[in-house]
Parts: sequence; C-alpha cells; structure tokens
Amino acid sequence: MLVTRSTQAIPLNLNHKAFSFLSSKWNITLIFISFLFCIPLLIIFGSLFFPAKEIWLHLIDTVLIDYISNSFALSIGVGCLSLVLGIIPAWLVTMYRFPMSRFLEWALLLPMAMPAYIIAYSYTGLLEFAGPLQTFLREITGWQYHDYWFPEIRSLGGAIIMLSLVLYPYVYLLARAAFIEQSICVLEVSRTLGCNTITAFRRVALPLARPAIIVGLSLVIMETLADYGTVQYFGVSTFTTGIFRTWFGLGNSLAAAQLSALLLVFVAIFLYMEKRSRKQARFHHTSSRYSSLLQHRLSRKKGLLAFTFCSSPLIFGFLVPVYFLTNWAFETYSHVIDKNFYQLLINSLLLASIASLLALLIALFMAYSNRNSNSPLNHFMVRLVSLGYAIPGTVIAVGVLIPFAWFDNTLDTFLTRQFNISSGLLISGTVFTLVFAYLVRFLAVSINTVEAGLIKIKPVMDEVAKTTGMTSGKIIGRIHIPMMRGSLLTALLLVFVDVMKELPATLILRPFNFNTLAVRAYELANEERLADAAVPALAIVIAGIIPVIMISNSISKSRPGHE
Amino acid sequence: MKNLLIIVLLLFQQQLFAAEVNVYSARKEALIKPLFDQFTEQTGIDVNLVTGKADTLIKRLEVEDKNSPADILITVDVARLIRGKEKGLFQSVNSTILEETIPVHYRDSNKEWFGLSLRSRVMVYAPDRVTDDELDSYIDLADETWKNRLCVRSSSNVYNQSLVAAMISNYGIEKTKHWADRLVGNFARPPKGGDRDQIKAVAAGICDVALVNNYYLAGMLESSRDDEVTAAKKVKLFWPNQDGRGAHMNISGAALLKSAKHKNEAVKLLEFLVSDAAQQWYADTNHEYSINQKIKSNSILKNWGDFKADTLNLSLLGKHNTDAVILMDQVGWK
Repeated sequence: MLVTRSTQAIPLNLNHKAFSFLSSKWNITLIFISFLFCIPLLIIFGSLFFPAKEIWLHLIDTVLIDYISNSFALSIGVGCLSLVLGIIPAWLVTMYRFPMSRFLEWALLLPMAMPAYIIAYSYTGLLEFAGPLQTFLREITGWQYHDYWFPEIRSLGGAIIMLSLVLYPYVYLLARAAFIEQSICVLEVSRTLGCNTITAFRRVALPLARPAIIVGLSLVIMETLADYGTVQYFGVSTFTTGIFRTWFGLGNSLAAAQLSALLLVFVAIFLYMEKRSRKQARFHHTSSRYSSLLQHRLSRKKGLLAFTFCSSPLIFGFLVPVYFLTNWAFETYSHVIDKNFYQLLINSLLLASIASLLALLIALFMAYSNRNSNSPLNHFMVRLVSLGYAIPGTVIAVGVLIPFAWFDNTLDTFLTRQFNISSGLLISGTVFTLVFAYLVRFLAVSINTVEAGLIKIKPVMDEVAKTTGMTSGKIIGRIHIPMMRGSLLTALLLVFVDVMKELPATLILRPFNFNTLAVRAYELANEERLADAAVPALAIVIAGIIPVIMISNSISKSRPGHE
Repeated sequence: MKNLLIIVLLLFQQQLFAAEVNVYSARKEALIKPLFDQFTEQTGIDVNLVTGKADTLIKRLEVEDKNSPADILITVDVARLIRGKEKGLFQSVNSTILEETIPVHYRDSNKEWFGLSLRSRVMVYAPDRVTDDELDSYIDLADETWKNRLCVRSSSNVYNQSLVAAMISNYGIEKTKHWADRLVGNFARPPKGGDRDQIKAVAAGICDVALVNNYYLAGMLESSRDDEVTAAKKVKLFWPNQDGRGAHMNISGAALLKSAKHKNEAVKLLEFLVSDAAQQWYADTNHEYSINQKIKSNSILKNWGDFKADTLNLSLLGKHNTDAVILMDQVGWK
C-alpha cells in the first residue's frame, strides 16, 4: 500500500496518556487564552444582536450583491492562480534540476515581502493609460485613446493578478515543505507500480501534500478577503470596501461590524466544508524511511520550460516592482532618509520579531493542548481564533480597542472611587495593545502552520518513545521539534513578514509619536507621492528578504536524512 | 498602599505633567509635523502625534472616552468634524484670536470646531477639446453634451460626499439625485484612483473634464516627477458656479476634545495654526487657500486668479453626508 487511510480513535487515546502532564489545568488555560484572543471576534459577532434594519434594506437594495459577487470572484481568482503559481514550481524545484533551480527554490518566496498595495501602485504607474508603457506605444504608433485595446490594470482582473503575485508564496512555501518531507520510497514505489512522473505527482504526491496546500490556500483566501488597499485603489467594491464605506461613509459602525460578522460566517463555512471533505480521506505515510531525494536533471528543452514557468512569478511579483521602486528610491532617498527613518526601521523589526515569537509560542501551546484534548470546546475555540486572519485589520483593531479601553476605564473609575487616584488609560494606546492585535490577526497563520507540522507526527511515535523511558519534555525536544523544525520556522517567517507589512491595525492602535515603515510608506503613497513612498516600501521588502532566505535554507535542510 | 499605587501610576503617565499637547490627526504627518515643530520651537510645548483615518480616530476617541490622552482632533474635511461634534467629543473654545481670524461660515456656531485651511473642488479640463465658455456649474456637467467625457473618483471619497452634500443643501434630495444619476451616466470610465489620477486621465485624453481638489493640480505642477508636471501643464483649471453660489469649498479643521488634559496648551496650538506664519506654510507647502484673509496665496494659486467661493454654512455638509452616500449608492456611483 502506498498510503493508508487510518482510523485514529485508538492512537489518539494512547497519545493522551503519553502527555498526561497536559491535564485539565492545561485545558482550562487553553480555553482562557483562546477566549482572550477571541474577544475581538466575539465583539464583532455580538453586533449581530443589535438591529440595523434600515441600513440593511438600503445595502441589499443597492450594493450588497456587488460586494458579495466581487469578493467571491476575487477569492476564486486569487485562489486558483495562487495554486497554479505555488504548486507547480514547488514540485519542479523539489524534484528536478534545471537552470537556476537552486536559486529559484528560495527566490520564489521573495514576493511575499511585498505589500499588496505597493505592488498595485507600482504596476498602475507602469501600465495605466498615462504610464510610460502606453505612452511609448502611442508615441511610436500615433494611436489615440480610442484606437486600441489595452488591458485595464485597475479592474477586478488586475486585482486578482496583483494579489496572486504576492500571495502565491503561501501555497508555494507549504507545498514545497510538504513535498520535501515526503518519503522518497512512496514515490519510488509508485513508479514501480507503473506511475510516470506526472501520475505520481497527481495520484501520490499531491494527495499527500493536500493538507499543507489547503492551509496555504486558506491563508491566501483569508488575506484576499481582508485586503483593503488594493481593491480600494482599483475601484473594485468588495466586502471589505463595503465595510468601510458603511462605517465611514454612512457613519454606521454597527452595520459595518455586522458586515464583518457576515464575512466571518462565510469564511467559517468554507473552512468547515474543507475540513469535512478531508475527513473522509486522511493520509499518513506508512514508511518513515527517508533516503536523499534524487533530483532528476531535465533535458535542455524541458529545463528551459521549467525555468520560464518558475521564474515568471518571481519576475512579475518581485523584480519588476522592485526595479521601479529602486528607480524612484534613487530620486528621493536623500530627503526621505533622515534620522527618524532608522527609528521606523527599528520599530518595524522589533514589532515583527516580538509578535512572530509570541505567535509561535501561543500557537505551539494551542496546537499541543488541542491535540491532546477531546474537549469540543477546545477545538471550537482554537478554530475561532484562526478566523481573525480573514478580518480587515481595522475591524480587528476596533475589536481590540473596545475591551482594552473598557478595562482601563473601569479600573480608573474603581481607583478614583476607592483611593481618589486616576489611573487614566493604562494599556490602551501602548505597544502592548498593538502586539495583541497582531496576535489576534495573525495567530491563524502560526496555528495552521504548526498544526500542519504536528499532524505529521504519528501518535504511535510518542508511545514508542515513552516505552524507551523518555519524558514528555524529551519527546517534544528530541523528536517533535526536529521533525517540525520546518513548520515552526515557516510559522515564524510568515508572521514576521505579515507584521512588517501590517498597516490598518498599526494605524489605529499605535502610541503617540510611534511609526513603522508600513505607516510611512502608506502615508506617502496615499498622498499620491509614490516616488517618496519607494524608500520605506523597499525597506520593508529588504527587511523581509533576510528572514526569507534564512528560513528557506533551514527548510531545505529540514528534510529527514538531509546532511 | 495608596502611595505605592501613585508611584506605579506615575511611571505610566509622566506625560500628564509635562508642557505638551496630544494630537490625533487625520492630516498626514508630512503635512502637519513641520508646523508642530515650529510651535514647539516658539513655545517650548511638545506636540505628540498620532495620525490615522478620521473615522478610526473618532472611534478611538469614543472608546477611550473621558480618559483619552488626546487634546485635539485634526481632520481634513468638515463632515468628520461634525460627526465628532454629534458624538459629543468636543468642547467649545473661547478665543478671540480664532474668532477674529476665521470667517464665521468656516467655524462652528457653538465654537466646537474651527477651519484651518480652505480647499475648493474645481473642474479641470483639456483646453484642446473644451473651451471655458462650455463650462459653467456642477449642475451642467449632467447635460447630455458631456456623455463619456467626465472623470471623477469614487464616491467613497469624502470630498465627493461633501460636494453631493452641498448639492443636497442647495437643491434638495430629489433634484440632486436626478442630477447625480445623469452625472454618473456621463462618466468616461468607472471611478478609480485618486484626484491626481483624474487629472492625468484628462491630460491623456480618456476624458475631457474632471472634478478635483485644487491643491492636487498645484502639487502636480510643482512635482519632482516630470510626467506629473507634463500632465498638469496639459490641463486647465475652471472655477465652477461663478454666476451662481460660487465654487464648492471644504476645510481642514480642528477641535478641542472634551477629554483634553492640556487645555491651555491645546488652545495655544489652535491659535498658532491660524497664525500668519502657519497659514503661509499651508499655502506654500500644500497649495491650500488660507483661512486667514491677510495671507497672500502662493504663486500657482495666484495664477488661477480670484474666485467666488460658496458661502454655504459648512455644518450642512456634515448634516447631509449620510444622505449623500445613500444617494450615490442608489444612482450607482461606485
């Protein structure tokens, strides 16, 4: 048998014993921590209990269909394109050698460091009617506006391409990690059973990698749904732009929260359906023998084809926009880089490091507790926490603002009454609030990634280790961590890069006189001073590249048996 | 116990006792910080700043309630000031300097908010395809002659919302809706991009007339990018409604918050922001019209000549903002 369908009831119970230290106390802690991070989401859901009938009648009457259909089309489009741009290169660079395949292996991750709205601004500058490309075309041909057709970048299709170009690395990263970790035996056996490379990919490798790919895909879709900057600039009315229009334009924050809740419901249904469809087919490797992966060298013609396919997302998602940003940066760096600029860089890096480490620790805790718990409440809470990724940062931020300010104000009232001292706002408007908001928004990323790593560790391994006298701590340290190293680093990287790019929550929650690179880039780009925005945007990209390279190397080495 | 508490709390909130003022600003840092630096230099009062979108700042103020550290809210349009007033976030300010400098229709009747600078929503046209006697009022842009010739940005933008709110104040909802419906029918393309994009679209021949705020055109004329200067030079500015009520005006403005802990410093800052030096900076750097009548316009603004400004009470723009958005939803103004 290549793969087995396992029924997990018995091993899970055994496993429960192996981790007896994860007792009911842990269960309570887990529920408490999950609850803490769920508060903003619960506030959003809570809005559904208040009536806002009039505004809903107006929305249904006029714009709601547009919001839903555009968001739907956008998610499908970005989802499909990201799958194509993610899976195929991941397979090719893992299994074959072709020109520059070693370089592409990590370079394909680079577009991830690019904020979506920045790539949208760059391409618009290049491709719009008044941009250099079309102007050049008109100059050499003498055409006028109505004389020719040129794809309109600022459209739904344009938004799909822009978002896919920066989001496909999620799929690529997780798919590649999955392919690397697959036992070569499985693939070799499949060949002896008469599979050629394509059928081996389709019938063996792909189903085995499916859980990881789906994690990547759901991250892509959630981030697409939460995107505001790109769709707003392109004039595509989606759910997110609708939320803000209802809030800012119509001045109705209640209906805006209800729209967000509705968005959450859609995402929850999607995730639930995906989970259900997977339940019937749960795949495990039966072999744990890993021999080093023999990369097959492609013929010249095929190699060139593979190179072209794999390099195009890198070229369009990274090199082209970076080229334009660099050009602009050369024009403007002298007045953009001042002493405050380094402070921005430090702020961004610190926030990203702290948030990604905390997210990893919390995700590990949650994933482990969840793995060793049979409580449906636990499972539900952990799933609820992972919904935060689909919510626009601004909405999350308000969900964080409300409970913190409530706490501060209540404490202040209490202290004033009891001791006649005013405590003012203690935690609202501090970096702590900001990091908390990042966690609410990005825990989904680390939880999903860590869980994808944990699922590979068969419960029976814990049992075997236990019989050799290893303690639970040793099992985690000597077996789990090495096996999950790739996933843990991936979780760290994804959150780090996400926080570097994060804008809306930072904008609302940050303390006085505190800015980040993303805030600076946005303020300048939003003033339609794109050239000035180039330097901070490039700094975000460069700061993101370093961990991308480091972690990509570690992932390559994470293959069991890799020397 | 009590002493310990006081010490702990002091650690957290040293800022309460310094000579400083805390500002939430919807105006971007680059367009306000230099003025604050001047203020600090002159008075020794530090200014702490958080920038953001007006509505999110208002939400933050609402939630932070009486303990909010902020003293002043700055916005870039009047509708948000009125929203803040309606939510009871502001307090009135008695200052002869503010009252003498700012014309009465650019400040709140209850002294709760004050205009700091003026901008107008003007027409920009391509002189090779349109002559200025073809243009007149905003109303006329709904005429059949302008079919497929207009560029305007999205109705999510507050400047468009304020323009439509002004139309509602002047003509009533029904007439405005009829107008907006025909106006949308004249759009050369679905709304996208910002005001500068509309100007570029006129320069490139996608449309013949665009509605934009005056300072965007001025900013392009002085841009460091050649393509922006070239595009801006291809178009001309037209003052709408000169035979009628005058061109539509909006303000950037500020208000003293109810929660203010540094009231004296905050009022000083407000007064500084309408001083001659600060107003000259607005005109020179951001090409806005000064709220302070004594200030000379910068050379680009001077070239555009004098114009008649609509003296509509700006409170009405805030009052009709929601109606305006609903109406634009109904006529399909994206």
